[in-house]
Amino acid sequence: MLCRTANELYWMARHIERAENTARLLDVTYRMSLLPYDAVEPGLAWAEPWAVPLITSGLATAFYERFPQLSAESVLRYMILDARNSSSIFCCLRAARESARAVRGAITSEMYEDLNSAWLEMRGQNYDNIQLSGVSEFLGWVKMRSHLFRGVTFGTMLRDEGYHFIRLGTHIERGDNTARILDVKYHTLLPSATEVGGAVDYYQWGALLRSVSGFESYRKIYSDVITPRRVAELLILRQDMPRSLHSCMNFINETLAVLCDDSSTEIRRASGELHAKLRFARTDDIIRFGLHEYLMEFLDRISDLGDEISSHFLVPTF
Amino acid sequence: MHATGGAIRSQYRAFSDWLDGTPADKIARKRKEAERAFHRLGITFAVYGEDSGTERLIPFDIVPRIIPAGEWLTLEQGLKQRVKALNLFLHDIYHGQSILKAGVIPAERVLSNSQYRREMQGMEVPGGIYAHVAGVDVVRAGEGDYYVLEDNLRVPSGVSYMLENRKMMMRLFPELFATQAIKPVEHYPDLLLETLHAVAPASEDHPEVAVLTPGAYNSAYFEHAFLAQQMGVELVEGQDLFVQNDAVYMRTTRGAQRVHVLYRRVDDDYLDPRAFRADSTLGVPGLFAAYRAGKVTLANAIGTGVADDKSIYPYVPDMIRFYLTEEPILNNVPTWQLHRDDDLRYCLDHLADLVVKEVHGAGGYGMLVGPAASAAERDAFRVRIIANPAKYIAQPTLALSTCPTFTESGLAPRHIDLRPYVLSGRAVNLVPGGLTRVALREGSLVVNSSQGGGTKDTWVMTA
Repeated sequence: MLCRTANELYWMARHIERAENTARLLDVTYRMSLLPYDAVEPGLAWAEPWAVPLITSGLATAFYERFPQLSAESVLRYMILDARNSSSIFCCLRAARESARAVRGAITSEMYEDLNSAWLEMRGQNYDNIQLSGVSEFLGWVKMRSHLFRGVTFGTMLRDEGYHFIRLGTHIERGDNTARILDVKYHTLLPSATEVGGAVDYYQWGALLRSVSGFESYRKIYSDVITPRRVAELLILRQDMPRSLHSCMNFINETLAVLCDDSSTEIRRASGELHAKLRFARTDDIIRFGLHEYLMEFLDRISDLGDEISSHFLVPTF
Repeated sequence: MHATGGAIRSQYRAFSDWLDGTPADKIARKRKEAERAFHRLGITFAVYGEDSGTERLIPFDIVPRIIPAGEWLTLEQGLKQRVKALNLFLHDIYHGQSILKAGVIPAERVLSNSQYRREMQGMEVPGGIYAHVAGVDVVRAGEGDYYVLEDNLRVPSGVSYMLENRKMMMRLFPELFATQAIKPVEHYPDLLLETLHAVAPASEDHPEVAVLTPGAYNSAYFEHAFLAQQMGVELVEGQDLFVQNDAVYMRTTRGAQRVHVLYRRVDDDYLDPRAFRADSTLGVPGLFAAYRAGKVTLANAIGTGVADDKSIYPYVPDMIRFYLTEEPILNNVPTWQLHRDDDLRYCLDHLADLVVKEVHGAGGYGMLVGPAASAAERDAFRVRIIANPAKYIAQPTLALSTCPTFTESGLAPRHIDLRPYVLSGRAVNLVPGGLTRVALREGSLVVNSSQGGGTKDTWVMTA
């Protein structure tokens, strides 16, 4: 497969996944912001729920350069519709569609048709419309389009290299996003975590879990109150939890096993090491090491892995 | 659709009955459905001169253009004959130049033509084929008389619309295909791939074919991607290729991989910055050297533009007689060559009756349709002609056939032309049909999509 094609497919998948994760993050924030004020403990960082999606995406500075005031409207505008914010849902879907268009011969016509119609709908959106039809409905639509595209890909695409690069892009982006969501939320939530089991915890940890579709899984697995330790375990180490770091690394590692040959042993080593660290880790060790430090190291490692993949497969110099 | 007397031509009877028996709201619904589907499928083309990246739909009309079997047979033979002669002509002018020596065509018409590529002189191309894909524009005037308007031998486009239009019609009106015997066109990509394999460098048993595109912003990008996908070959841009030891390679995730045949949709000038335009970023440095070394085949060959040039067009019937010793089956449109004084005088005297085209023009740009133009437009064009007569040719406006077409005021006749795609490899082949273009403005003779033309499905009947 052409390097350029692989590159476009990889980034197409990453952009769709990023749009979905942004939608998840915004949706949880939006729902939290609707709760009565005394349920969300005044005085904590949580009192500014709209800062969370910005911090998570590393966009707080860029945001304040554009908007003087933090408000629901300004964050929603910036994260959903802003054509100058390359991480906005608008820009992610546009970039994904541009990539698909650039290599449309490498994907099935159903995939292109699906992504193109998602983009055409996105292009017709504006803030008033989203408000009118409901912010959660819109964000739900973004999630559904991402699910739909993944489904169409799964159901129609030949299991060729292109498919594997799409899978790789999806899971590298997802691993990165889960780690970020967990890190930021954990930080803002921890001060109140001393008193476990209150209404605040229920809503706040519940929101974190919901943002990664983990609320129901948590209930199934633990059938107990939500504790920070278990949330960390679920989202980092449980390999049966499809958005956990371990699960993402399973996918990445398997996919690289198919794509790599004798010339790419370093990529396999780096991926294998990162995978093994998750596979054999213990929750208590992670907490002792410091969750924030642990997640930062994971983000560095997965970013390095992304760079390796890029320089070997996607934009090599020969 | 209607004969000169106003009666419905027989091949349209079944369709016309069906149309009469179908409720208007169903037709309206189907037309909307077609438009939505074309948008969703992204079957668009970019328009030059508008906002960069503007993508527009080519209007699709659901009334098919129907060609009876007998008429097609003649057309098919005529097209094969014409393309054969054109390929022989191209080989000749880059080798022995017998046709020039025989005085059939004035040598300076060919040799000093800007489309004549001196670099191609004496070079052997596989099978002696230059124009592997030819899009010959024909029109019908009168009862079954076809005229060739032009031979497009460089990078003719539009075949993807032929295929998508058929797919759309089958999706919208399957009942029509069940009851009528319409010849299929869907095997065009197979035929194209077979043609490209046939002209691979001789030593290759398993030639690797790729489609070379200028990129996603080219107006015909959809088609490039479509054909690559349908043939199951790579769609490459210049940046994906490199040349080493005169061989062409693709940059792939598994390292460098040889390419033997490039179905290139990049113009000659932009193919290789070392051989042609140095500022081209679309091309591949060293590609021409690889081509000359016979390690890669370019389809179409470099330098075919000299044969479809409007100043050479008037000589095509003579080419057929010269190379094939046959009488031409298809007519040429009578053409006045304005570098000749007599022709120029005639043209200037009859500007209101003629179509004047630039010799090197294409796409319906830079032409004057005399009967449709205002006096002021004609005067402005007259000044341009006088300033440089050799740049223009003139032709009579033919009584072009029309086909009923949906317009804002209901069904109305609109002028149409036809572009069949003729493939030359081991043999000369074409699928029964082509792209029918329709001038959507009342009375207009210009069918180019860049000038507001639309398209229709083309049905060649089996009997």
